[in-house]
Amino acid sequence: MAKLFLIAALFCTGSLFAQLYVPEIPFDSTPNLLKMPEHLYLGEAVGVATNSKGNIFVYTRTGTSYVTFGTSRAFANGGARLFEFDPSGKFVREIGQNLYGFVFAHTVRVDPQDNIWVVDEGSNMIIKFNPEGRVVMTMGRKAEEMRIPAAPAPMPEAPAAAAGGRGPGGGGGGRGGVAVPGAPVGAGAQTDVFNRPTDVAWDAAGNIFVSDGYGNSRVAKFDKNGVFIKSWGSRGTEPGQFNTPHTIATDAQGNVYVGDRGNRRIQVFDNGGEFKKAYLNVGAPWAVCISPGPHQYLFSSNSNGTSDMENGEIYKMELDGKILGKFGTAGKLLKEFGSVHEIDCRNPNEILVGEITNWRVQKLTLHPSASGTR
Amino acid sequence: MRLCCRFCFAVLMLLLFVQPQFAQGPSANPAMLKAKAQNVPEIPAELVPNFLKLPPNLYFGESIGVATNSKGHVFVYDRGHETRLFEFDQTGKFLRFIGDGLYGFAFAHVVRVDPQDNIWAIDEGTNMVIKFNPEGQVLMLLGRRPESHGLEASPPPGTPVPEARPYVFNRPTDVAWDAAGNIYVSDGYGNSRVVKYDKNGRFIKSVGTRGNQPYQFNTPHSIASDAKGNIYVADRGNRRIQVFDSDLVLRAIYDQVGAPWAVCITPGPHQYLYSSNSNPNNSGPEASAVTGEIYKMELDGTIVGKFGKAGKLPGELSTVHEMDCRNDNEITVAEITGWRVQRFKLSLRMQTSSARQE
Repeated sequence: MAKLFLIAALFCTGSLFAQLYVPEIPFDSTPNLLKMPEHLYLGEAVGVATNSKGNIFVYTRTGTSYVTFGTSRAFANGGARLFEFDPSGKFVREIGQNLYGFVFAHTVRVDPQDNIWVVDEGSNMIIKFNPEGRVVMTMGRKAEEMRIPAAPAPMPEAPAAAAGGRGPGGGGGGRGGVAVPGAPVGAGAQTDVFNRPTDVAWDAAGNIFVSDGYGNSRVAKFDKNGVFIKSWGSRGTEPGQFNTPHTIATDAQGNVYVGDRGNRRIQVFDNGGEFKKAYLNVGAPWAVCISPGPHQYLFSSNSNGTSDMENGEIYKMELDGKILGKFGTAGKLLKEFGSVHEIDCRNPNEILVGEITNWRVQKLTLHPSASGTR
Repeated sequence: MRLCCRFCFAVLMLLLFVQPQFAQGPSANPAMLKAKAQNVPEIPAELVPNFLKLPPNLYFGESIGVATNSKGHVFVYDRGHETRLFEFDQTGKFLRFIGDGLYGFAFAHVVRVDPQDNIWAIDEGTNMVIKFNPEGQVLMLLGRRPESHGLEASPPPGTPVPEARPYVFNRPTDVAWDAAGNIYVSDGYGNSRVVKYDKNGRFIKSVGTRGNQPYQFNTPHSIASDAKGNIYVADRGNRRIQVFDSDLVLRAIYDQVGAPWAVCITPGPHQYLYSSNSNPNNSGPEASAVTGEIYKMELDGTIVGKFGKAGKLPGELSTVHEMDCRNDNEITVAEITGWRVQRFKLSLRMQTSSARQE
């Protein structure tokens, strides 16, 4: 009990301080959740999301991307697929087979109307499918061609042209960001030209927020019809700046939570992009998720890197940053994580995680009451 | 019998005067490819005709990896239009592909089957070691396919190899396990080391750097373990087999059997070590004349005999890249340049080279 008071006292003084004691939340994982049909294999399960019926969507880096030779330019296609499963994990269908924008999967999200949104880091596109699986809106544009060999990554100061989406190879990884003359590094163009975007979220009015990304370092806001409204952020460590904004979520009030992975913090903005606060005590937020319902929770994964087995725990928090508990660790066994890349928390006690290096999706049933946490 | 003793003595003498090899390109001088061992008895080997039966419209490319499971099913890891993993039954009938279109398949290297019949594919294109259960589902992954953000130019020759990291391979070549299920990966063309993981894929240790001294490697190309957990590493570029215990402490070096492209250790109470001094890809007649043979050895390095010769005809060997020796006297070989898998039945009756019919 004294511990609880201590924690409460800590949080009265602000959530910027590291929490001394974080309870472990007991949990189970459903073995062999997703049943793949014969001759179909998941690759890196970077994206996972559920719809209102509990169907599971997995956006995976799989198969082989290829370049068409024998022309004066090189055209690249393939390398990512979107699969749908029923709540029990039975395979339902593939969506967007051989889609032009499927190159290098990053995340998939399902909006409140059950539309399915795919964020592709290779084609620099956000693609909205209706629940039937037809494309209803696209944002960004895939680069027409691939430069071979890829250009070296631009220096941050390089006065590169902003227009013309940088596709795979266009920026050679583009880690330096697209410089816009007169604009801070990473601010991007005032359009839907993305540079390796990472994630998407919506507010109650349907406004669209895109975290963009590896190349740019900004959050871009669009109205529900995809019309650009504004963007904020540039590359750096100051409040409102980003170092790989990797994941994004909104709460019911329309606040925007950005997993600023490289800066190891979650930045919270209001609906117009005004910086409100940052949570610094949950490691590097690879994936964030906010549960629906009257009492919303924020989940954040301090994932292990793809070439190590450090950390890996997922935090359950109140929206104000108070940590309620954590669960999981890096590894290859069931209940261990191989670089969690996306979290679905439609049901806050039944979490889905997509893993990069273990090529799988796990369904985690949390038992928060068992540890005294909610 | 006397001949055999004399032969063993000769091998022992050879072993006593082992000199570390210098890292010279073996292709520079065909004579250098010749194994040191002399007067090795010939083991009569009979080709099993028409062993694997490919259905119409199905072809091998470079059928570079081969292994069998406890039922005798044959797995072939193949560089074709795509890298694919074939499964055949014990009669050689094609059954299925495993891992169609798998993200981890880009450039096949070897396939191995562990004592629990799990199937392990080592892909030197994606830098991954992939473990399938016997049903063909992915159970565990080691290493990670590099992210692709467009084609990047190969680094110019002479670019230093980045420092090896615990969970990152650089063109790995092969895998083995000890009785406890610990995993040993030979890594490889880029790195020059052997890495040990526990059975759940957690890094334990690694040994090796590039060079020609003990504990150094010049393309560790193939790896096998014996029942005691000793690890035999085919240090191809240095033309020697380095033998480590399961803590990766060096115990012995065998350098009398040429360049070990592929090694295999038989199961059972009396284990044998097979090693192939394969003819290099596209070797000319001079090199082919002194390479291609496969040695059968005791685990201590004593040579029992040899069989096979380089060539393109059935029963000849075209750059053997992996061997299966689950059955002591039935050796299945995968050949790079022959695009085929052949099986040989070995006779226990030896012929000395002098008695051999030329």
